[in-house]
Amino acid sequence: MEGELSVIISGFGGQGALFAGILLCHTAVLEGKHTTWFPSYGAEMRGGAVNCAVNISDHDVPSPIIDKADAVIALNDASQEKFENKVKPGGFMIINSSLSHHKPKRTDIKYINIPLNELAQKLTQPAFVNVMALGAFIEKTGILKLESIKEVMKEMAKTVSAKKAALLPNNLECVEFGANIIKNQLVTV
Amino acid sequence: MAKVLVKGNEAIAQAAINAGCQCYFGYPITPQSEIGEYMGKHLPKLGRTFITAESELASINMVIGAGTTGTKAMTSSSSCGIALMQEAFSAMCCAEVPGVIVSVMRGGPGLGNIAPAQADYFQALKGGGNGDYKLIVLSPSTVQEAIDLTYKAFHLALTYRNPVMLLADGILGQMMEPAEFGEYPYKDPDVSEWALSGANNRPARNIVSLHMPEGAMEELTNRIFEKYALVAKNETMYEDYMLKDAKLVLTAFGSVGRVAKAAVNRARKMGMKVGLFRPITLFPFPDKALHQVAQNADMILDLELNKGQMLLDVRSAVFGACPVEFYGRTAGGLLTPDMIMAKIEELYKKLDNTEESKAGVR
Amino acid sequence: METLVYKRPESLLKDGHFTFCPGCGHGVILRIIAELIDEFNLQKDTIAISSVGCSIFLEKFFNLDVAGASHGRSPCVATGIKRCKPDKFVFTYQGDGDAATIGFNETIHTACRGEHITTIMINNTNFGMTGGQASATTLVGQVTTTTPMGRKPELTGYPLHAAEIVSKCDGTAFAARVAITDTKHIRQAKEAIKKAFEMQIKGLGYSFVEVLAACPTNWHMTPVESVEHISNVIETVHTLGVFKDITAKENL
Repeated sequence: MEGELSVIISGFGGQGALFAGILLCHTAVLEGKHTTWFPSYGAEMRGGAVNCAVNISDHDVPSPIIDKADAVIALNDASQEKFENKVKPGGFMIINSSLSHHKPKRTDIKYINIPLNELAQKLTQPAFVNVMALGAFIEKTGILKLESIKEVMKEMAKTVSAKKAALLPNNLECVEFGANIIKNQLVTV
Repeated sequence: MAKVLVKGNEAIAQAAINAGCQCYFGYPITPQSEIGEYMGKHLPKLGRTFITAESELASINMVIGAGTTGTKAMTSSSSCGIALMQEAFSAMCCAEVPGVIVSVMRGGPGLGNIAPAQADYFQALKGGGNGDYKLIVLSPSTVQEAIDLTYKAFHLALTYRNPVMLLADGILGQMMEPAEFGEYPYKDPDVSEWALSGANNRPARNIVSLHMPEGAMEELTNRIFEKYALVAKNETMYEDYMLKDAKLVLTAFGSVGRVAKAAVNRARKMGMKVGLFRPITLFPFPDKALHQVAQNADMILDLELNKGQMLLDVRSAVFGACPVEFYGRTAGGLLTPDMIMAKIEELYKKLDNTEESKAGVR
Repeated sequence: METLVYKRPESLLKDGHFTFCPGCGHGVILRIIAELIDEFNLQKDTIAISSVGCSIFLEKFFNLDVAGASHGRSPCVATGIKRCKPDKFVFTYQGDGDAATIGFNETIHTACRGEHITTIMINNTNFGMTGGQASATTLVGQVTTTTPMGRKPELTGYPLHAAEIVSKCDGTAFAARVAITDTKHIRQAKEAIKKAFEMQIKGLGYSFVEVLAACPTNWHMTPVESVEHISNVIETVHTLGVFKDITAKENL
């Protein structure tokens, strides 16, 4: 898909919101796109809410700082609360409905409620909600190819510890499953 | 070489390694600790020196030691850490010791916070150390530029025998984007004419910063300022973006420069003649170029993550050629494209009203 | 038959004249250092680091490469030099105001890192160059320009014993305190400094020699009274001795 897209990925520390953003950027680089990743950082990083803003574009990305994003991936309830008003009108929000039960406040954006933690139980353990959400995001937007992110995961597995590399099949399963949630319309959008 | 996704801090560290930096001396401080961590991981493997010093004061003085031998060395720190180094910056300028300092600015004053800020412009440009001296200060706005300017920093330090500061901020330090390293593009000057190596088959040398005889210090300072004039002549860098017909010119350095660029793009789409002038070297400041720009502009809007620091250099360069407005946030508050756009729209309306009278004056 | 009784060390500049006050200890110590550098044939491979105080003008006396350091920072500058040029002989020449007061943190950390450098610290128990103010090593009761009634422990605490503290650092190979009050002590001082230099030459770690030296001008004493003051008073507080020598046979 052509164009440009911004997304905020947010969750509590340990859910992998920052890493999901990095994966997305690597995928964008693989596809020859321009991209930026800007995290919240510092004291928040231990246990608190963390988030990153990712831009993906066919053109130069001047500002890594965004006012409103085309999409928000909220992996927990605090993230939904914090970033609901940061979605551009017409944009969408992926919500981890396993952990977030807030009523939607806006009518000008779409909500994609996915019970990520519950679904993760059905997959090979350990399974990763951040990667599942990425699969859904990629399938929904079409900004990047699912095959590309799988390629990135495979490449990354070559550079990490054996313990982490052993989790590659789990990650591949998660991203594929996430994409299928959208593709097979397993959730109401 | 292909582009890789890399974090600003790590890009700076890898670029320093590529530039031939033999020694890193540092003390951890957020938001630049990744630089030290990266160096600690990679330099020993290359047989180079990495020391976590007892303080920033110790770090920069170790850089001085390395510099007196003509060896490429660096330290990195942030705001309050850089404050501790000021004594050494002054000494380095006086004794003409090369060295590279990376300053990744955070919120201040005091311990402040660890959020991005640009409030150490004065610290970098207007001293803190004693006496007449100047650091060469380079201000990257993208990760790619951080790499390129890190290369340049090492080259300039050796070429002019002066400390060079890479002035980044928490945004650039922490963000990731694709960039290309390439090879260190410079041929560095021979240091054997001045570096300390032991008085072997030559008279003994010294590199010191105390000059007591009457007139000696003034003579030395005059000579060093002639060198600074040469730096200004040869090394001044800036980016001009959409300036040709710009009525409203934004000035910004570092990360704010790129956020401002996003605002310029949006303003242009709305038909407003807005451009960006971004100093890349803060010393030497591109004052002549900015004065030219100001002569053709109706107004300048200076944008910074502080209470108005580069503003003084902007006003000095503009020298009354057009009005200069300031808009900034500080201590971790960020300027976003929306905020800058709102300010542009507010100011641009005023310009349209005064267009004829301004044209008449010209 | 001719016997050589005096030779100016090569490591001293031919036209370098000491500019110290009459009775000052610096000249003797600088000469000892120069003689030893000659004896070790290190003149072409030495980089000396000067500090702030009466110890600052090394380049006016030594026929050696000299790097200047700011107040208390010469161990850092020496560290930077030695790490870049491990084959060079690197020593710092500091006073008590520099090494034991403003720069003691740097001294201790350099010792703990076991840097292969040598520090010669001249202890005259005051800031000599700035006019005789109290330093960290000033004795209890000592009258200085900033302790006109004598150093009072309840106000300014007690003297710092640099050599003993440095000896406790694991990276220290050799730490001693010597005096230059008479020929015998000067010979002992030279032996200690020689030992310290050997530690660096053999790559065994950090070496530190504290030399008690007279400051007649600021002590308001004659040179002879000053020497007696060191023997009779200062040595009872800053005791002479080798506090660490990792090459000593009978190491405890």
